[in-house]
Amino acid sequence: MRLGGKPTPDSTARQRTLTAYLFLAPALVALALFTFYPIAYGIYLAFTDYDMLRHTPQGVLVPPRFVGLDNFAKLYRDPYFWTALTNSALYLLVVPVLQVLAMAVAVLVNQRIAGVRLFRTTYYIPVVTSVVVVGIAWNWVYQSDGPLNALLVDVLGLPRVGWLTDGRVALFSVMLVTVWQGLGYFMMLYLAGLQGIPPEYEEAARLDGAGPWLVFRHVTVPLLRPTLALCSVISCISAFKVFTEIYVMTRGGPEHATLTLGYLIFDTAFKDYAMGYAAALSLVMGIFVGVISYVNLRYFREGGLTYYA
Amino acid sequence: MYVLMISLAVLTVGPFVYLLLGSLVKGNLLTLFRTGEWLDPARYTLQNYLGPDGVWATFSRMRLFENTVLICAVGVTLELFVSALAAYPLARMAFPGRGLVFALMLSTMMLPAQATMIVNFNTIRFLGLYDTYAAVILPSAASVFGIFLMRQAFITVPKELDEAARIDGAGDFTIWWRIMLPLTRPALGTLAIFSFVGYWNSFIWPLVVLKHENKYPLAVGLQFMAEVFDKTFGKIAAGSILSVIPIIAVFLLLQKQFIRGITAGAVK
Repeated sequence: MRLGGKPTPDSTARQRTLTAYLFLAPALVALALFTFYPIAYGIYLAFTDYDMLRHTPQGVLVPPRFVGLDNFAKLYRDPYFWTALTNSALYLLVVPVLQVLAMAVAVLVNQRIAGVRLFRTTYYIPVVTSVVVVGIAWNWVYQSDGPLNALLVDVLGLPRVGWLTDGRVALFSVMLVTVWQGLGYFMMLYLAGLQGIPPEYEEAARLDGAGPWLVFRHVTVPLLRPTLALCSVISCISAFKVFTEIYVMTRGGPEHATLTLGYLIFDTAFKDYAMGYAAALSLVMGIFVGVISYVNLRYFREGGLTYYA
Repeated sequence: MYVLMISLAVLTVGPFVYLLLGSLVKGNLLTLFRTGEWLDPARYTLQNYLGPDGVWATFSRMRLFENTVLICAVGVTLELFVSALAAYPLARMAFPGRGLVFALMLSTMMLPAQATMIVNFNTIRFLGLYDTYAAVILPSAASVFGIFLMRQAFITVPKELDEAARIDGAGDFTIWWRIMLPLTRPALGTLAIFSFVGYWNSFIWPLVVLKHENKYPLAVGLQFMAEVFDKTFGKIAAGSILSVIPIIAVFLLLQKQFIRGITAGAVK
């Protein structure tokens, strides 16, 4: 793209800006339409009554009607909301379990021993598998006459467990699946973190007479802090908004024992088509996610060694 | 060490092996385990896959593979194109508003998908795209992860190369197409794999914007099949195995690019 004649410095600058925005245009348009506008409009919808099944006698969809804080008052009185909030908060228990396990596995596969690559690859397979297939597999594993109960009853002589049918257990069963599927992903992130640590640090500690556990606890873990912060934020966000696992395995049941915010929002929006109320629920969830991320980052930033962050 | 690693590997692949055996065996797998009959080769059959009402026939009737491949092909191409375009000025140009564009993009990485789904559903209906593949693909055309990944790759291309091309009279688009893209093929490959896996496994969004079963991609179709019309373990297991084979094959073949992508996203 060149203008005729001799370009003045001013016109070239303007031209450069124009070119830059031409390159950015498709991405910016898509982001504006499908990310920024939905957030803004979603916040507005949270203060409206908008039922997508309600039509005028002429068959035209009734537009959203502003109702102030009504949705939030309704939400406050809605027992399902509180159940869902409690379950989503409980779901955060997967975070420490996942992080500790993933870090341990990363250390395990960071050794220079034969076949270690094969193990890394194997552990990563569940990550690329769709949640639908994972849910189908685990549904069968968890069945009352499935392999897990067979192991429990026939081999260990224990009573059988209603993994997905007992309200006291179901949420934890689904959480186990999340841990199983996420382990490989976080292992890979920690592995990258471990390999980014200059070996001198650990060697120096070892020369000073520190054993492997002390080296790990006082040298490796502090140096992994940036990775830990990132993993913990990602893991918290995805745990708090968990949806697909629930949809595929329990549909929020039995008796709402696995009803989470993510599932409640989906049900409200795409089964009841109560979009205003669903938007209010989303807004509340968004606020919680924001707070959780902030707390995470604050916690990990304090005293953390951030030499390469 | 090996004991630990092997037991973990067994836990990891266990559910897949259970699916695979269940899809191949005649009768109840656990009963056969108890009686020891599972070792008898005569017990195994491909009936669940290739039989007249096996999953291959069902998948073909529902066009599941065709639909998924189409969504993946168009979706991945679009995402690569849009991301690589947007990454170029962010890597190479100074222009007013650059900081703002950056901040806007970064801010989207924190957002949960559910927050935008409701309004996007509205928008799709308003645009008349309900029950079309455009509805499945368009909302993820601009991937911030992709833009940052490509920007990172462009920065590593020596500036002398584009300056030389500019002296030869090349415009920015030519530089992007002829110099930047060929030199950043590994990064493009990484992004392509990530995007491919994402589209292949996509579930909630296609479920929401597609109405007819014969348009469903694999994950949605499989769930539909398991729920609505085929509840026998053998068939569902066969369907699951069939749907994960391509994605696991792609992962095993292209592991290197894949792992680079995971860690590139993390180190930032």
